Amino acid sequence: MHQTDFNYQRKDLPAGFSKFGLIFLVVGLILAAASFFVDQTRAAFNYLVIYMMIVSIALGSLFLIALEYVAGADWSTPFRRIPEFFAGLLPVLFILVIPLLFLNHDLFHWAHEEAVKEDKILQGKAPYLNISFFVIRTLVFIAIWVLFYFILQRNSKKQDTTKDQSLTTKNIRFSAAFIPIFALTITFTAVDWLMSLEPHWFSTIFGVYFFSGTVIAALAAVTLVVVILKEKGYFDPWITDDHLYSFGALLFAFVNFWAYIAFSQFMLIWYADLPEETFWYLTRWEGSWVIFSLLLIVIHFIVPYAMLLSQPAKMDPKRLKFISIWLLFAHLFDLFWLVMPNMQPLKKGYVFSWIDLVFPILGIGIVLTVFNFISKKENLIPVGDPKLKKGINFHL
Amino acid sequence: MNKKLYGLAALFKTPDEIIEVAKKTSAAGYQKYDIHSPYPVHGIERAMKLKPSKLGFITLVFGLTGSALALLLMYWTMSVDYPMIIGGKPFFALPAFIPITFEVTVLLATLATVIGMITFFFRFPENDHPLHDTDYMKKVSCDHYGLVIEAKDKLFDEAKVLEFLNSLKPESIEEIYYPEKETYPVLEPKFVTFLIIIAVVTSGITYFALNKLLYMQPFTWMMEQPKLNPQKPSTLFADGFGMRTPVQGTVARGFLPYPYMGQNNPTEFLQNPYLPTKENLQLGEQKYLTFCSPCHGNFGDGDSRLRGQFPNPPSLHSTRAREFSDGMIYHIITNGQNIMPSYASQVTREERWAIVNYIRVLQRAKNAKSSDLQVVNKETGNNASN
Ligand code: HEC
Repeated sequence: MHQTDFNYQRKDLPAGFSKFGLIFLVVGLILAAASFFVDQTRAAFNYLVIYMMIVSIALGSLFLIALEYVAGADWSTPFRRIPEFFAGLLPVLFILVIPLLFLNHDLFHWAHEEAVKEDKILQGKAPYLNISFFVIRTLVFIAIWVLFYFILQRNSKKQDTTKDQSLTTKNIRFSAAFIPIFALTITFTAVDWLMSLEPHWFSTIFGVYFFSGTVIAALAAVTLVVVILKEKGYFDPWITDDHLYSFGALLFAFVNFWAYIAFSQFMLIWYADLPEETFWYLTRWEGSWVIFSLLLIVIHFIVPYAMLLSQPAKMDPKRLKFISIWLLFAHLFDLFWLVMPNMQPLKKGYVFSWIDLVFPILGIGIVLTVFNFISKKENLIPVGDPKLKKGINFHL
Repeated sequence: MNKKLYGLAALFKTPDEIIEVAKKTSAAGYQKYDIHSPYPVHGIERAMKLKPSKLGFITLVFGLTGSALALLLMYWTMSVDYPMIIGGKPFFALPAFIPITFEVTVLLATLATVIGMITFFFRFPENDHPLHDTDYMKKVSCDHYGLVIEAKDKLFDEAKVLEFLNSLKPESIEEIYYPEKETYPVLEPKFVTFLIIIAVVTSGITYFALNKLLYMQPFTWMMEQPKLNPQKPSTLFADGFGMRTPVQGTVARGFLPYPYMGQNNPTEFLQNPYLPTKENLQLGEQKYLTFCSPCHGNFGDGDSRLRGQFPNPPSLHSTRAREFSDGMIYHIITNGQNIMPSYASQVTREERWAIVNYIRVLQRAKNAKSSDLQVVNKETGNNASN
């Protein structure tokens, strides 16, 4: 069959990346700082939403890289640099998490000593849910992720010059080690940062729920960048419908996976009808939250499902671009829905505040700036990877 | 030989050749042609400029039909025809229906896709397709790649097509003719008997082998649980019964015990809680005609068709009956009176009170006062003094 000969010439990212990134970052920082003076609790909860969004994109990207190595996928090899750049957000988490660790009193009911004293259940959970253990867990998890990020990414870059195939073998081994560790750390992260906002509630599937959204966010971010760069001619002439179709199909699969997990969690709680579990959903049915809950189904499942269902839709770059932006928003919306109803003043229903609009700006600023910074002077394609040729000539 | 030509076929050796061939053939403007290969060749559909398959629509339509049918079935059986309270959930318990809806959707969609593909797109079983039993077919299902241009094509002209095929430098070219009409006598008696015998013997042997010879219980702990079965003996209780009588004073759900059973006149405590509304009276009429009229007559005169075959029931229009309080009539229905049996198990509390209200209407109608007439007249607009 026809093999495309491939000569890679390094090109810089479009200038828009750094320009927009900087504008968003500066505006976001100013507004976010202001909002902390206006309403510290609300700002803290909003910041948590954005922090979890960044964790999702960064950690999900690292997972995508590991998945490619472990599964031996070759179609995604030409694009592997994009998740590698996104995973570059992981070291930044060390800085981003600091404000949250200081704001624990605003965020977590279990961090209030006087509340724990009067609460048998919280006393029982105290050996796990206490501030020092919580901080240690958080930092250790980030350290583990960063460690794997550095290993995988360094080997991959080294290969660009050395073309050493054994680096791929090494990365496969590290990826295989990373995936179970990832499963555990992401579960505990979801429990710590999202589930423990309502410390009386528990759901054993919660880690998987967060994981499903995480993969969607990372995939959508990667797809978005790939489509934008394709439109600007970065992947010409070899990128085909089959590459795009693979992105679309994966997005479609994970949209379904999210719905499956979300529904499983809901149905079991609804069916058993135990007050210690149902109250979490009832809070999200209170007042105007019911609109958010219903919208979540539409935004996170029905619309992307319908838009990605047909085969041509999965490889249409315009459709993919739209749906990746949509799904990034959907995951943000999902996190907002998970986090905000736990805020005491919002328990009875959502009340609008401009603060809610500020933090997404900051988030976009952080992601774009870091992405741009990491990708500077790097090859956008792993030119030394032994699977690259197969990936470029990929056919379904 | 006056055989009809089906088309011209050419054989090629490599997948690269066949892709080039497909491109050239579609570029030459042929519409009715086909490519055959022993395995799916990547990119062939693009080279042939094939339109995307319509199979997806069959999947979609049947998938949606599946969802609709499943929901309709559950709605009808669980919410309308035989509503049952399960786990305190509403009769139309959507979340509980979703897994089943999902399963039926997938089931119908996949079955329709496979069956639709085989019958509709592959025309199965097209037994006398001209390409069957040709050397061409033998080769393309083994290690060759083939192109057939059908005679039905608008541009078909034997000489020209031959020239075109030769220009592609094939390994060989074959003319393919329609086969003579063949018949397949499926219902031949010999064949049918043979089929039946085979079916009986194989299913019999399978049944015997699986259920008698090789039957092993994989595990028994689901079937034999240490639990009480109603209607079954039990070794746990001294009397050996699995079914227990409920504790003294146990009351069924939705049931109020009637404390005046067997008493004579408890009526001062019994107040009629229902107003004689239209609905209530209609219910009373219906229940009266069903349960009371066989003895007391359609209008309570005691003149039913059972008269004479049964100790005559009294008229409900006697002064005695008219002076009964509502509670007394209710008590007679619930408790029975002398040879009139209790109707407590046939008519519910609400229905009993509705019957009482209806009897009051009958009694009033039989003993109407002239003042009643005036009210009626006023309503119909006639002169009140008449
Ligand atoms: C099987 C025939 C039968 C049916 C059906 C029946 N009754 Fe009776 N009913 C009798 C007989 C016989 C008596 C007279 C009993 C007695 O000797 O005191 C009676 C007595 C009564 C009396 C008391 C009359 C009086 O003057 O003492 C009332 C009120 C009455 N029935 C109401 C009803 C109502 C209401 C129903 C429908 C739920 C009904 N009955 C159904 C046979 C019947």
